[in-house]
Amino acid sequence: MQSVLQDSAKGKLADISRRAPVIGAALGWLGRYGELALLALTTIGMLLTIWAAFIYAPTEAVEGPVQRIFYVHVPLAWISYLAFFFVLVGSVIYLWRRDERWDAFARVNAEIGTVFTTLVLISGSLWGRAFWGAWWVWDERLTTSLLMWFIYVGYLALRAYTGRTAQGARAGAVVGILGFIVTPINYMSVKWWRTLHPDQVLPLGGTPQLPASMIVALMISLVAFTLLYTLLTIEVYKLERATAEAERLRVDVELSGQE
Amino acid sequence: MSTQATGARLAWEQFWAIIWKDLRSELRTRQAWMSMGLFALLALVVFNFAFDLRVENLATVGPGALWIAFIFASILGLSRNITVEQDRGPMDRLLVAPVDRAVVYLAKVVGNVIVISVIEAVALPIFAMLYNLPIIQPAIAPILLLGTLGVAAVGTQFAALAANTRARELLTPLLIFPLIVPVVIGAVRATEALLTPIHDDAPWLGLLVAFDVIFLSVSAITFQFVVEE
Repeated sequence: MQSVLQDSAKGKLADISRRAPVIGAALGWLGRYGELALLALTTIGMLLTIWAAFIYAPTEAVEGPVQRIFYVHVPLAWISYLAFFFVLVGSVIYLWRRDERWDAFARVNAEIGTVFTTLVLISGSLWGRAFWGAWWVWDERLTTSLLMWFIYVGYLALRAYTGRTAQGARAGAVVGILGFIVTPINYMSVKWWRTLHPDQVLPLGGTPQLPASMIVALMISLVAFTLLYTLLTIEVYKLERATAEAERLRVDVELSGQE
Repeated sequence: MSTQATGARLAWEQFWAIIWKDLRSELRTRQAWMSMGLFALLALVVFNFAFDLRVENLATVGPGALWIAFIFASILGLSRNITVEQDRGPMDRLLVAPVDRAVVYLAKVVGNVIVISVIEAVALPIFAMLYNLPIIQPAIAPILLLGTLGVAAVGTQFAALAANTRARELLTPLLIFPLIVPVVIGAVRATEALLTPIHDDAPWLGLLVAFDVIFLSVSAITFQFVVEE
């Protein structure tokens, strides 16, 4: 199955190189060196982020140096939402098309999103301790992030307990869909319940309240973390597919041994 | 048009047939009723010690204790029910029948709401006595119904989802509780508002209605994938 898919991909590539040699060569190069290039770009981006967050961006007048956590915290939060959205996308397409690769895509995004949300919660707590004087405050954004963390930890636990079965994949897809749909309702209900968080810094359609240099630092960080996310998605996806393939081969070997 | 009407009538008949089947089985065994009812009462007694209830904090702590008792008891009963169904096989036989999965799901939810409502009807007067709160008023009925519907909607879906796994006792609560937060907040706050009326409070009943409608419709569509063999 795997080899058939790869062959068809190679066939397509050969077809493209025949018709458009330059694009074909570029695609071939991307396949061979793309990941290395992405790794290099991610490393440069991360170094730039450290420079931008600690040296380039000015120290915030009210919050002091601790505000620099913001340049890690905000991009991680945005990307974890994006990852959880991709869990939804992967889950819906998997249930529709029944293609294992979409299930792997959803699962990989759940893993990365959970790790990123963990970092969001930790970095947020550190900032909160310094600025609010408390590690934790039950406001809507913190609480929703924590609930999201629980939902996707539940998703990963479900996947771990069901193994690599079609039934586990379907169950996971249903959790991936319901978990994402409930999150905005969680947010609204906690918001009505209590409010303490500082306002959004980039209101949609409004003028940014941050000085330009802080926006630039935030954007550098956002690009760097997006590159990191892309690299991780590719690598964890390949690992996930290789693990599934290895399990399948082992089952084949065990079955043939019994005959 | 006529075939559509016949289909709808058939689905309606199937819907009530499944509910009636579940209720009769429950009336015969009384398993869920006994375990859920006793658990809810025990929880109310334990909360009394845990929160050291006094006259001045009763109205604020009471609704929370009531709903946590109801929700925990419901989840306990729901996961027990689905385990019995999976082990003894009525679920398999039901799925062999040519019934739309959405009808099966909605019938299961309504059946569970009826079972839980009976528990609540017994536990509520006892709660009112133990906690000395004027909770028995007509306005509690929609709160109880909408809250219970939300709990049953989430509980039925996820109990069925976790039933096939090795660790269903762990997975069922782990999956249910983060999703049920709007129901907890909405139901507890609406009950509180009933005891100590506050003006300009959020529309808690609206929140419950929105949650129930969204969750029931998405679950009715996705339930077929949960029970697929």
